[in-house]
Amino acid sequence: MSAFTTSDPRDRGGPAQPLLTVEGLRKHFPVRGGLLNRQVATVQAVDDVSFSVRKGETLGIVGESGCGKSTTARLLMRLIEPDAGDVVFDGDPVGDRHGITVNAMRRQMQMVFQDSYSSLNPRMTMAESIAYAPRMHGVSARESLSRAEDLLAQVGLNPRQYARRYPHELSGGQRQRVNIARALALEPRLVILDEAVSALDKSIEAQVLNLLSELKARFNLTYLFISHDLNVVEYVSDRVLVMYLGRVVETGPVESIYARPRHPYTRALFASKPTLDPDRRTTEMPLTGDPPNPINPPSGCRFRTRCSFAQAVCAELVPPLAAPLDGQDDGGAHLVACHVPAAQEAMALHA
Amino acid sequence: MLVFAARRIIQAIPILLGVSLVVFGLVHIVPGNPIDLLMPPEASPEVIAQMKAAFGFDQPLYWQYLLWLSRALRGDFGLSVFNATPVWGMLITALGNTFVLAILGALLGFTLGIVLGLVSAMYHGRWPDKLFSAIATTGVSLPHYWCAIVLVLTFAVLHEWLPAQGMGDDSLPLYARLDYLVLPVVTLSLIPMGVIGRLVRATVLEIISQEFVGALSAKGLTRWPVIRHICKNAAPPVLALMGLQFGYLLGGSILVETVFNWPGSGNLLNLAIFRRDIPVLQATILVLASFFVVLNLLVDIAQAAIDPRIRR
Amino acid sequence: MSQATIDLARRELAPPETAPVQAAPGYWKAVGQRLLRDPVTIIVTLVLLGIIFISIGAPLVSSYDPYVGSVLTRLKPIGTAGHWLGTDETGRDLWTRLCYGGRLSLLAGVLPVTISLMIGGFLGVLAGYAGGLIGTLIMRTMDVFYAFPSILLAIAICGLLGNGLSNSVIALSVVFIPPMVRISETVTTQARQLDFVEAARASGTTTMQIIRYHVLANVLGPILVYATSLISVSIILSAGLSFLGLGVTPPQAEWGLMLNSLRQAIYVQPYVAALPGLMIFITSMCFNLMSDGFRSAMDVRLNK
Repeated sequence: MSAFTTSDPRDRGGPAQPLLTVEGLRKHFPVRGGLLNRQVATVQAVDDVSFSVRKGETLGIVGESGCGKSTTARLLMRLIEPDAGDVVFDGDPVGDRHGITVNAMRRQMQMVFQDSYSSLNPRMTMAESIAYAPRMHGVSARESLSRAEDLLAQVGLNPRQYARRYPHELSGGQRQRVNIARALALEPRLVILDEAVSALDKSIEAQVLNLLSELKARFNLTYLFISHDLNVVEYVSDRVLVMYLGRVVETGPVESIYARPRHPYTRALFASKPTLDPDRRTTEMPLTGDPPNPINPPSGCRFRTRCSFAQAVCAELVPPLAAPLDGQDDGGAHLVACHVPAAQEAMALHA
Repeated sequence: MLVFAARRIIQAIPILLGVSLVVFGLVHIVPGNPIDLLMPPEASPEVIAQMKAAFGFDQPLYWQYLLWLSRALRGDFGLSVFNATPVWGMLITALGNTFVLAILGALLGFTLGIVLGLVSAMYHGRWPDKLFSAIATTGVSLPHYWCAIVLVLTFAVLHEWLPAQGMGDDSLPLYARLDYLVLPVVTLSLIPMGVIGRLVRATVLEIISQEFVGALSAKGLTRWPVIRHICKNAAPPVLALMGLQFGYLLGGSILVETVFNWPGSGNLLNLAIFRRDIPVLQATILVLASFFVVLNLLVDIAQAAIDPRIRR
Repeated sequence: MSQATIDLARRELAPPETAPVQAAPGYWKAVGQRLLRDPVTIIVTLVLLGIIFISIGAPLVSSYDPYVGSVLTRLKPIGTAGHWLGTDETGRDLWTRLCYGGRLSLLAGVLPVTISLMIGGFLGVLAGYAGGLIGTLIMRTMDVFYAFPSILLAIAICGLLGNGLSNSVIALSVVFIPPMVRISETVTTQARQLDFVEAARASGTTTMQIIRYHVLANVLGPILVYATSLISVSIILSAGLSFLGLGVTPPQAEWGLMLNSLRQAIYVQPYVAALPGLMIFITSMCFNLMSDGFRSAMDVRLNK
């Protein structure tokens, strides 16, 4: 899944340089209320998130609703302005004087959204929607339309049938293919898929996932795959990032994370998957307590209020993302944010 | 809830200030010195200067504004240029008369509108719907001053059943003069009937088409509880519009009052315009517009009280 | 998920290759088709076209001078020989006056709405898309004007500017700008939050491009529906202003003015006196029904 060639002329730095490096990303939303619409609280949506994405890989981001995955995606695309943090794209800091502009980054990084219907302009045909971005960037109308039709074929939709259709005439799966084609229209190197298959029926989901992997090979793409569906993330990802309440709690190669999850939250996530296998029934409730409010997150480790291993240090100190305390870190790739050795070593679940 | 109400009240204050600024400023936008509007052209310069000082026109503009505003807040709008009586007294009497018309017109119009709207929605697509929709649309498209004329024509001229103009003998109490009320009230009720009727119909139709109503019926609720449920959900936007319409009736009655020679605030406004009676003009517009703002405020608060979603 | 499921999906659920179908008509074309199938809208549009025709082509359909009357022919009833709709209080032929009056009445109805559409629409889309300080500033200013009942504001402005058609057009334009701004802002704000607008932003295109290609097309529909319904209000209001003596001045022909000057004649020739108002009513009603027709044609829900 990570076959990558360096034949892309835009490549700077070769395969060793990560395509995307995110450092200390933070976004707090003000909550207004009271008599004069003052700020009364903040939603700490994304707090000190750091990770990197290697060229040609698929990084999966998992977490429950409200953990900040989608906000992170929008921060990366600069649809929302981050409060703090650096984003480096292939060695060039984004938005920095010495790096590349946000617009230049957007030409190399695109996004596919979850809702396939509202992602498309209901008054534009499929071909027009796909051709819009290239046209706005200077490609001639005819050239961009022909590119659009070619992309439609690439995503498995016959352009003669679908080019002049409107969104309401297509099914969810077909629309999502169009959304993917549209994301590819600017020939990006990195595609963020924000719950892109979550709204589709299972069988359609399988088709689209296959399409995504074909496209990745064909176009030398790198993927950031955001989802709450653990099975899908396991299937598509090379590495996985687990988020909880705006922070990264664990990251590592997919096999390692799924076979030996170190963070109690990750284990709880996996344990909550209902299994069909009667021999491996899920019997106990892995998570206790109510999911806390991102408006007033717990101090220190945010998971401590639901963690059966919580200790005093967990309330005082934010656990850094570090190598697992038992030393088995897959060559430095597997990182976990937890203070307590016992929490990290609890019985590993077999995926 | 209280916070929402307090916030809306605070928001209304700059609006009221803005309204007063506009009212004050309108007079001064008019080309020419305001004093020229008040004085006959052959007045001597000394008289003009005297009047200027008396009215305070020689002061800087913002000072005039503050002076005028502070007096206005105490109810002192000065004397009418036309007949030298206190403006406040004239205004109060006139407002009272308009109020009578507006309340009755609103009641009649809203009742008819709600009935029409509900029936149209219930019988959607069939002839009652088409008929009542046509009536509602007619109500909205009617120039009500023309309608007033037609009504006067029919009921006062061709067949002398009702009086054509005025309020009748002032010495008689109001309930003895009801026949003077009929035509103006009916005229005024037409537009609210149309507007409210159309909104009720649209709102109820939209609520009916939502799934939760079907769910209620499926749960076995009989007709009346479902209807009550629909009404509760349709209430907020309809109430808001009713408030607005009442405001229009109060502030916009000038045309009807002119036709019927009804001594209300609209008529007062009309006369003030033609007599160039600036104090009366300013006072009337200010009071009517302020009424409107306060009315909107009350409507917003009432809406928030009914529909918690609005409280944000 | 297992490889078996994936292969199954691949085999059995590949998009079927059917014969190429006719492309669906464009959105606006579909709207046009729906309009053509609506009898009420068609009738109403024809009536309006008729009224416009007899107004513009007044010299063709009427045979008198609208300004010349004779005391001898004052207030003749409907059906008089030579004056099929009677004459007014100075002896001018009513049919002629109605035709010529249509010009000013229609103008006073359509022009303010057009002006306020351009100004108000621009401000509203700007406020809706930009948001922030600009948006708040625009909307709060509009709030102050919104605080006046429309006719009150129109009368106030007209009363102070003076008589004349241009003054009443100015007054009505000012009155209509706040509601235009409000509806444009609301619709634009809704459109701005839709995913495809975000996707357009994510593709690095400029704000003007996004507004032009994505926002406008989705916003124009409701705004146009509202503007059309506003025309009917404008016709009534402008005639009302003339009725009060604040708009068009005599001896020009305009329906509201005619209604006022014929008011005294109500005791003599009641039906003649009511005719100008009938024209106002019919025209206004037609615009209202046309606006309703537009709204139905554009509402995807009602037609799916």
